[in-house]
Amino acid sequence: MTQSKVSTGSTTVGFEYAPAPESRAIVDIKPSYGLFINGEFVDGHGKSFKTISPATEEVLAEVAEADDSDVDAAIKAARRAHTRVWSKLPGRERAKYLYRIARIIQERGRELAVLESIDNGKPIKESRDVDVPIAAAHFFYYAGWADKLEYSGFGTRSLGVAGQVIPWNFPLLMLAWKIAPALACGNTVVLKPAETTPLTALLFAEICQQADLPPGVVNIITGAGATGAALVEHPDVDKVAFTGSTAVGKAIARAVAGSDKKVTLELGGKAANIVFDDAPMDQAIEGIVNGIFFNQGHVCCAGSRLLVQENVYDEVLDRLKRRMSTLRVGDPLDKNTDVGAINSAEQLGRIRELSEVGESEGSERWSAPCDLPSNGFWFPPTVFTGVSQAHRIAREEIFGPVLSVLTFRTPAEAIEKANNTPYGLSAGVWTDKGSRILKVANALRAGVVWANTFNKFDPTSPFGGYKESGYGREGGRHGLEAYLKGGEL
Amino acid sequence: MARVDVRKTYKLYIGGQFPRSESGYSYVVEDAKGRFVANAAKASRKDARDAVVAARGAVKDWAGRTAYNRAQIVYRVAEIMEDRRPQFVEAVRQSEGLTAARANAVIDASIDRLVWYAGWADKITQLVGGANPVAGPFFNLSTPEPTGVVAVVAPEESSLLGLVSVVAPVIVTGNTAIVMSSYPRPLPAVTFAEVLATSDVPGGVVNILTGDAATTAPWLAAHMDVNGIDLTGIAGDAELATSLEQAAAENLKRVRRAPDAEPDWTADPGIAAMTAFLETKTVWHPIGV
Repeated sequence: MTQSKVSTGSTTVGFEYAPAPESRAIVDIKPSYGLFINGEFVDGHGKSFKTISPATEEVLAEVAEADDSDVDAAIKAARRAHTRVWSKLPGRERAKYLYRIARIIQERGRELAVLESIDNGKPIKESRDVDVPIAAAHFFYYAGWADKLEYSGFGTRSLGVAGQVIPWNFPLLMLAWKIAPALACGNTVVLKPAETTPLTALLFAEICQQADLPPGVVNIITGAGATGAALVEHPDVDKVAFTGSTAVGKAIARAVAGSDKKVTLELGGKAANIVFDDAPMDQAIEGIVNGIFFNQGHVCCAGSRLLVQENVYDEVLDRLKRRMSTLRVGDPLDKNTDVGAINSAEQLGRIRELSEVGESEGSERWSAPCDLPSNGFWFPPTVFTGVSQAHRIAREEIFGPVLSVLTFRTPAEAIEKANNTPYGLSAGVWTDKGSRILKVANALRAGVVWANTFNKFDPTSPFGGYKESGYGREGGRHGLEAYLKGGEL
Repeated sequence: MARVDVRKTYKLYIGGQFPRSESGYSYVVEDAKGRFVANAAKASRKDARDAVVAARGAVKDWAGRTAYNRAQIVYRVAEIMEDRRPQFVEAVRQSEGLTAARANAVIDASIDRLVWYAGWADKITQLVGGANPVAGPFFNLSTPEPTGVVAVVAPEESSLLGLVSVVAPVIVTGNTAIVMSSYPRPLPAVTFAEVLATSDVPGGVVNILTGDAATTAPWLAAHMDVNGIDLTGIAGDAELATSLEQAAAENLKRVRRAPDAEPDWTADPGIAAMTAFLETKTVWHPIGV
């Protein structure tokens, strides 16, 4: 039984919900998985590792680790497939494979959503309504580009082999962001999913088989940081695409220096979500909650710094806390769940550590009252008030359900505080005044600005950062640039 | 008795001023035949850092100007260059050892390049930005914005056309620049600075450092308040280019890599030199009542 409490002044109203679990019978998790190289699952030569459910700590499967020789084999398979098959295939034929994949993702959507929630810990309503449909949409969108590249503005020639490394927060969706444009442009790929969330990528490998995608066009290798480093540093990789931490992004930028490798980096963020006193308050409260508690706050573009205009601070905080009290934290497979499990013990440790630092630096911590399961990795939706710009919780990416609240008086002050960060991935602005939206949106140094909305994604809409949030764009026509050569206007 | 001529002191161009190098160093500039021409200021680390401060200070005003205004100012640079043609011809002849006719052709091409880039100021946005048809009730628009402060290593050989071809695309889109001129052929760059200073280009938008890029570029590549670096002038020196790109990774500067050899500057430049230092910003807003 999941319980939520709403405080209305001195009384507390409790709502109780009967469990509404999504059945996991639809997924068939194998006891062990190999590497997907050249169209087949093969044994890895590294030390295999376990992937667990972060909600229960149950071991889900044993997964192979790719060592250097496996990475090399995968890249060779991708190179061969590029030279012999994929780069020679007319765009309209490549398109049809991508359309097939999009359709299979839709057809197997429930299976993918359940598996994603089990392996990642995110609520089923998010994997079902966000991750899986947008992943399918990405393949559908880029399928249509495959035979129209002469209109892209970036030429029509593929680069060759793309080495792609993706994070654990949106495993299938990030895979789609990486693989769909690469294949549409005629490249072949070697992709490494995160070590804590390999299962949907391995199911995607089966989808490639089901689509009769030629062997070697997509290769999925599992492993941790060393496998990823071997992939991006391999001399026969033409393109590196990485989504993850800024620290690793910088290491990759150093590693590829002096090479001809094209690089796109989609890294960390510490987005400001700016609420003016004339904001549409109901929507703004929902937007703040969605901005930081969507996907447990494991979102690079999360609105983790709330900037509230001083004269509405009390109102915003009261309403925010009341709304947070109604968030249901628990079983990711329960269709009522709003906030799922923290992805790993390691990430939970980091969230706890930074939260403790927040308190020790003098900020006030408030967590929504909720009962957390005894097994698994959990952190309650939390807000810090009295945060100054110098505090670590205002500067560092926490990557968890933790919101830091700061105040401002004038638009100029809001802009200055919003931009006072080495990051520049996203930002939010809430006001009913159109001219103010445009002024503030212009002044924010961020690649995506959500005005009176937050955390919206679409395959047609370019996504990527300014400053230390990385470079390059994924999505839309812009997303083709990273995978083509020779035809810049 | 013959009149004693007044010789020119060649100085740096930082923040709209012409300072000497704070280091006090200068170096000998020879013509194409190895004869002494002048002493040029040898920019130091401190000069490079001063130039970053000037360039940063100029970003807000310059990026905030209308594209039409930036177009007119870059066009004005071309006008003033035409006006100063004899001086540029002389500088290019000395530097590159060209005949008068060929030096004139270089000036023609340089002026034409500036005019070409001037016209891009208010066109690039429509070319690389646009509305995105998202699957939902949202207005969604992507527009290019300048990256910020860009360090530019100008080519070693093409002392004017090459210089103009790497500076114009950076500033016409709203960035500000710190330019390291050709080490052996700095004089056209100094003359170009004098044109900039009299062409309504606000001080700090272009800063020109004469001297050895191998000395100043590492500081700029590692500088945390520089947002991008164009390594075109490092053409052929893979080792230096690699170390600069590694240093640039510290704050994830946008890097335009060094080619294997200096490009043919008379070829159609394309838009890559502009898009290398543009960021795409995408703004969403719900559509409703």
